Amino acid sequence: MKTRTWLYGALLLASGALAYWVTGCAPSSEEVKLLNVSYDPTRELYEEVKTAFAKSWKEQSGEAVAVKTMHDGSGKQARKVIEGFEADVVTLALAYDIDAIRQKAGLLAKDWQSRLPHNSCPYTSTIIFLVRRGNPKHIQDWGDLLKPDVQVVTPNPKTSGGARWNYLAAWGYVLKRELGSFDKLKDPQAAEEVARANEKARDFLKQLFDPKKTPVLDTGARSATITFKNGIGDVFLAWENEAYLVLQESGKGKYEIVVPSISILAEPPVAVVDKVVDKHGTRKEAEAFLKFLYTPEGQTMAARHFYRPCDPKGVPEELLKQFRPVEMFRIDEVFGGWAKAQKEHFDDGGIYDQIKGT
Amino acid sequence: MPSEQPKARKPRRGEAVTEPLWIRCALTAVALGFLGLLLMLPLAAIFVQAFEKGWEAYLAALTDPETIAAIRLTLLVAAVAVPLNTVFGVAAAWAISKFEFPGKNLLTTLIDLPYSVSPVIAGMIFVLLFAPGGWFGPWLEAIHLKIIFAVPGMILATLFVTFPFVARELIPLMQSQGIEEEEAARALGAGGWQIFWRVTLPNIKWGLLYGIILCNARCMGEFGAVSVVSGVALTLTLQVESLYKQNMTAAFAVASLLTLLGVVTLVLKSLLEWKIPKQTAEEAMGYCGD
Repeated sequence: MKTRTWLYGALLLASGALAYWVTGCAPSSEEVKLLNVSYDPTRELYEEVKTAFAKSWKEQSGEAVAVKTMHDGSGKQARKVIEGFEADVVTLALAYDIDAIRQKAGLLAKDWQSRLPHNSCPYTSTIIFLVRRGNPKHIQDWGDLLKPDVQVVTPNPKTSGGARWNYLAAWGYVLKRELGSFDKLKDPQAAEEVARANEKARDFLKQLFDPKKTPVLDTGARSATITFKNGIGDVFLAWENEAYLVLQESGKGKYEIVVPSISILAEPPVAVVDKVVDKHGTRKEAEAFLKFLYTPEGQTMAARHFYRPCDPKGVPEELLKQFRPVEMFRIDEVFGGWAKAQKEHFDDGGIYDQIKGT
Repeated sequence: MPSEQPKARKPRRGEAVTEPLWIRCALTAVALGFLGLLLMLPLAAIFVQAFEKGWEAYLAALTDPETIAAIRLTLLVAAVAVPLNTVFGVAAAWAISKFEFPGKNLLTTLIDLPYSVSPVIAGMIFVLLFAPGGWFGPWLEAIHLKIIFAVPGMILATLFVTFPFVARELIPLMQSQGIEEEEAARALGAGGWQIFWRVTLPNIKWGLLYGIILCNARCMGEFGAVSVVSGVALTLTLQVESLYKQNMTAAFAVASLLTLLGVVTLVLKSLLEWKIPKQTAEEAMGYCGD
C-alpha cells in the first residue's frame, strides 16, 4: 500500500506544518504592550491615537509601544476588569465605572480622578438625537419622544455608559421643565416641588423605557448604532460623537441631528490601573499614553472624532466649529455626583429596575 | 395518475405516494422555499456583503494581522480541545457500551450536560471558578497562571461545550455492535490494547471520524462561552463580532471563512454518512479487508 503510506506521510507533514504555524511563537519583539479597556464608540478614536502615541513615545524614549484597545459597553467592561481582565489603562464612559473598579477590586488609588487635569476627562461629549432624513416624526425635544408613534433606540443602562447618560439627561430635562431652574434642587423650601418633579421624571422614564417604546436595549452604544442603522426606531439617543460619526460615514441625507433644548455634559474619564501597571511594569508608558490625550495632537484627534476637547487651545478652529451649541447641565449639579446617581438609579433594585418592573 | 396504474407492473419509485400531483408539488415548493429563504439566502448574503468592496478588500480583510491571529488562535483551541475530547469520548463510550458498572446511567446523563447548559452560563462558571476573585483565583495567582481572559480559559470553555460530541456519536454505535467480537478476541488470547486497536477501533473508525468532525466544527464556531472568558486574543467568531461594529465588509469577509468551514464540514459529513452504512454492509457480508 504505497500510496497510503505517502498519503499518511503527507498528512503528517501537513499537520506538522500547521501545528508549527499555530503554536509558532508570535514575533517576539521588544515592544511594550499596553491594554486599554474602553467603551463602545471609541474604536476609531483609539485606533488613531494608538499610532500617533507609538510614534511620539518612540521619539521621546526610544521605546516601541503597542496599545491594544478593547471595546464594549462601559459597565460590562468595568465588570470584566473587576473580574480580572488586566487593563493597564481604562478609558470608560463615566466616572462611576472606574470608581467601581476601585471599590470592588481595589485596583486603583482613591484619588485617581484628581491625578489628571479636568477630572481626568480629556474630552467630553453630550447626548443628542439622531433621526431619519427629513425628521418625519417631527422630533424636536425630549417631550416628543413620548409621542405614541415614536420608537426610541438606546442601549441598556445596565451595561452601557451612554445609556446611563441618556437616562439622566431625560430625567434632568423633566426636572428643568417642572422646576424652571436647577437652583430649586438646593432650596429646602422647594422640597415638595422637587419631590413632585422627581415623580414626574420617574413617570417620564418609565414611559421612555417601556418595551413598546424602546424595543431593543443593546449592550453598548455601537451596537445600538447598528440597530438604528438597520432600520429600527425613529430616534436614536446617541453620544454626540457617535451621531456625528454616523452622519460622516453614511453620507449626507440619510440621517439628521436634532439638538434637544437641554442635555447633560457627559464626562468620560481615563485612568491608569495602578495594581496592573505595577504588576506589568508599564506605569511609565501607561501614564504617558493618557497624558498624550491632553496634548494638542491628542486633543485635535479627539475633536476630529467629534469628542469635545477639554483644552481647545491647540485645536484647529474649523474642528471646533462643528460642535453645535447645546445647553448642558452637569451630573454633580442635578444628581449629586455619579456615586449617588448610580446607587439611586442604576444599582440592583434602583429606580431603573423599579420602572422596568424587575 | 395512481388510479390508472396497471396492476401487473411493479410500482416505480414514488408511485406508492397517493397524494395528487398538486399537493406533492406544493409540499416540495414549501420545503424548497423554506430552505431558500432560511438557509440559502442568508448564506448568499454573507458572500455578497463580503465581496461588496471587491476582491482586494476581501483579501485585505483576511490577511489583516488581527484576523490571521484569530485564525491561529481558533486552530490552536481546536487542536487542543478536539484531541482531548476524542480521547475522552472514546473512553466514555467504551466504558458505557462494553461494561456494566454502578453509576453508568449517571455518567451517560452527565455527558449530555453541556448540551443542556447554555454556553454563556458555561463561560460564567469558569469565571466564577478561576477569576482572581473566584474559588481558585488566589491559588492561580500564587502560581502565576492566567486562565480567565486568556487562552487557557477559552480552551477550557470550548472543551466544556464540545464535550459530548464524540461520545454521543460513539455510544449508540458501540452499543449496537455489542461485545461479541471483543470476547472472541479475548478468547483467542489478545490483550486489552490489542483488542482496542485491532477490533474495537476499526469497527468504530467512521463513526469516530464523524464525531471528530462535528466536534471540530463546534469548536471553531463556538461563540457564547469563549466570549465570556476571552481577553485580548480573539477567535474567529469573536473577531467577526468585533469587526461587525467597525467594518461590515471585513466582518462578513471573516464570516465567509467560517461559512466555508461549515460547508467543508457538511461535505465531509455527507461523505461519511455514505461510508458508514457501506462499512456496516460490508461487515454484514463477512467481508474483512484492510
